[in-house]
Amino acid sequence: MKRMLTGFVGAVLEAWQELRVHRTRVLLSLIGVAVAVCSLTTVVALGGIVQQANEELSERSSGRPATLYLSAYTNDGSAVDAETMDSTWAETLARYDIRYGSRVMQGGELVPFVTGAANVGVQAVDQPYGDMHRVKVSEGSWFAPGDEELLAPPLVVNEVFWDRLGRPDLQTHPVVRLGGEDGTTAVVVGVYPAAGWETEPAMYLLAGDYQAMREADPAGSAVDPSGFGGGQTQYEMWVPPEISDQLTEVLKRDFTAALGDGAQVDVFRQDYAQFGDDPFLVTKLVVGGIAVLVLLLGALGLVNIALVTVKQRVREIGIRRSFGATAGRVFFAVMMESVVATIAAGAVGVVAAVLLVQNPVTMEFVGQGMVSDFPPFPAEAALLGLLAATVVGALAGLLPALVAVRVKVIDAIRY
Amino acid sequence: MSLLQLEDVTRTVLPPDQPALTILNGVDLTVEPGDRISIVGRSGSGKSTLLNLMGLLDVPTSGLLSFDGKPVKSYSGAARDRVRGAQIGFIFQQFNLLPGRTALENVAMPLLYAEGRQFWRRRALAAGMLEQVGLGHRVDSMPDRLSGGEQQRVAIARSLVRGPRLILADEPTGALDLDTGQSVMELIDEVATGTGAALVTITHDPAIARRARDHFRLDRGVLTRAEVLA
Repeated sequence: MKRMLTGFVGAVLEAWQELRVHRTRVLLSLIGVAVAVCSLTTVVALGGIVQQANEELSERSSGRPATLYLSAYTNDGSAVDAETMDSTWAETLARYDIRYGSRVMQGGELVPFVTGAANVGVQAVDQPYGDMHRVKVSEGSWFAPGDEELLAPPLVVNEVFWDRLGRPDLQTHPVVRLGGEDGTTAVVVGVYPAAGWETEPAMYLLAGDYQAMREADPAGSAVDPSGFGGGQTQYEMWVPPEISDQLTEVLKRDFTAALGDGAQVDVFRQDYAQFGDDPFLVTKLVVGGIAVLVLLLGALGLVNIALVTVKQRVREIGIRRSFGATAGRVFFAVMMESVVATIAAGAVGVVAAVLLVQNPVTMEFVGQGMVSDFPPFPAEAALLGLLAATVVGALAGLLPALVAVRVKVIDAIRY
Repeated sequence: MSLLQLEDVTRTVLPPDQPALTILNGVDLTVEPGDRISIVGRSGSGKSTLLNLMGLLDVPTSGLLSFDGKPVKSYSGAARDRVRGAQIGFIFQQFNLLPGRTALENVAMPLLYAEGRQFWRRRALAAGMLEQVGLGHRVDSMPDRLSGGEQQRVAIARSLVRGPRLILADEPTGALDLDTGQSVMELIDEVATGTGAALVTITHDPAIARRARDHFRLDRGVLTRAEVLA
């Protein structure tokens, strides 16, 4: 026990002396390791953010896992009774305690801007849609529960729309006349950022308000033919993935029963996780491959320097052996130098990666404005970085340590 | 009991693609505590191989090599290393001080492989040893700041710091001028006498060899007693 303790302390002291004496060489080799670990950690962490961006993008378009889409049509081609559909929908949400459900209708409304009236695409949804599709609001707010009771329908518009209004302060409750002179006065309550490709104004309306406007003006401002694809109502639900299959069957059964034999009901998933496989596997593999390559290059550099160094230290190792250093002690001391040094370099690399990844410039660049929930710096990336540094240190130390152990003492002294 | 004993020791090596080469042939040598032995021989006569064996850095191909009455072949590699560290001190021709370490750190180096009091009090012991060889004022000097004589004194202090019972000096004055060489040998003699250690000096310098009480000559791997050195 005493021998083990003095052996360990002695090896640490030896390693420390070695690091101190060869500090320039050590520093140079450690810069390589620190850069490699920083790269690895950064790539893994950025990969996490890119994945989050992809997920959010997918969730914006097709909902979060698991989002069920429900639609119904009749076998003879006649329209499904909208009232029956809506009432069955409301009953279904209540019966199965589905808190996130939304009707989705596409349409268009004529909106008078200062620059002239324009047909603006409308997406009519229920209030939970904002959470279901991660609608990010940059100004004002998303619809609140009970907003359908307001006399003036609330609107959430995109930035293009807001720009055309002259970017009014939402605190002043800016109003818009929908459907021309005899139309409805709506209040802009929120603005969502437009994606890079969006050049036309667009808006969200509450489904109830939209239906009421349509009923009040059956001509529907005559903008549907403009290509917004109005008419058909879709029904979406965000449910726990583990019960989605079961719920699919139940919903199909309930709606078929409610609509009668002549109706065909489809319930299906469309979110990115619908097939069960990891849809980001390719991204992960590519990111992981790059990270491993980066680390491999760092490790190769370190092994190279460590091997050259040990060959230069053959005489020193021989001297130590002649004064009683056992082969095990020499092996341990050389390994120790490498591992201790790379762990320190790894810690520096991880800190650098955190500073690099968690700054607003990088986040904006990587997220491209599409990420609302920026993930915190992934702990697994930091741990991976430190683990990689340790493994690299051990591997880079192993070869030189083996070389050191094989040194022939007298030859080394006469070297 | 003899400190070190070689009985009919042979050491053969197998060079690649060549027949076996006998470096040492039937060597007999006994080293008792406090002995002063000199071994002279030309280059290639097998001096280094003999030094390897006496320093427990190598084992004989045949014959008996025993330390403290125990055959060296019965020791494991690590045990041999530990015995060497605790019982044998080396003094080299080229000093072999560790570069970048102070005189104190160089002298303390063997104590890193010691245990107990020697390990934990290594700096004090090293400082005391440097004082003993007259370098108490150079403890913090780097080897490249010391003269040849001073470097060899540091090397002597290093070889003696663990209190070895056998000192192996390999051409200890080979890199020094005549006067410095004489004073270094006087110091080695003095310190070895003070500690009661046996001293084996391997040299090709008859003047250095004459300082010993027992003289041997190594010629083509055969060790013979030399009564009078020319």
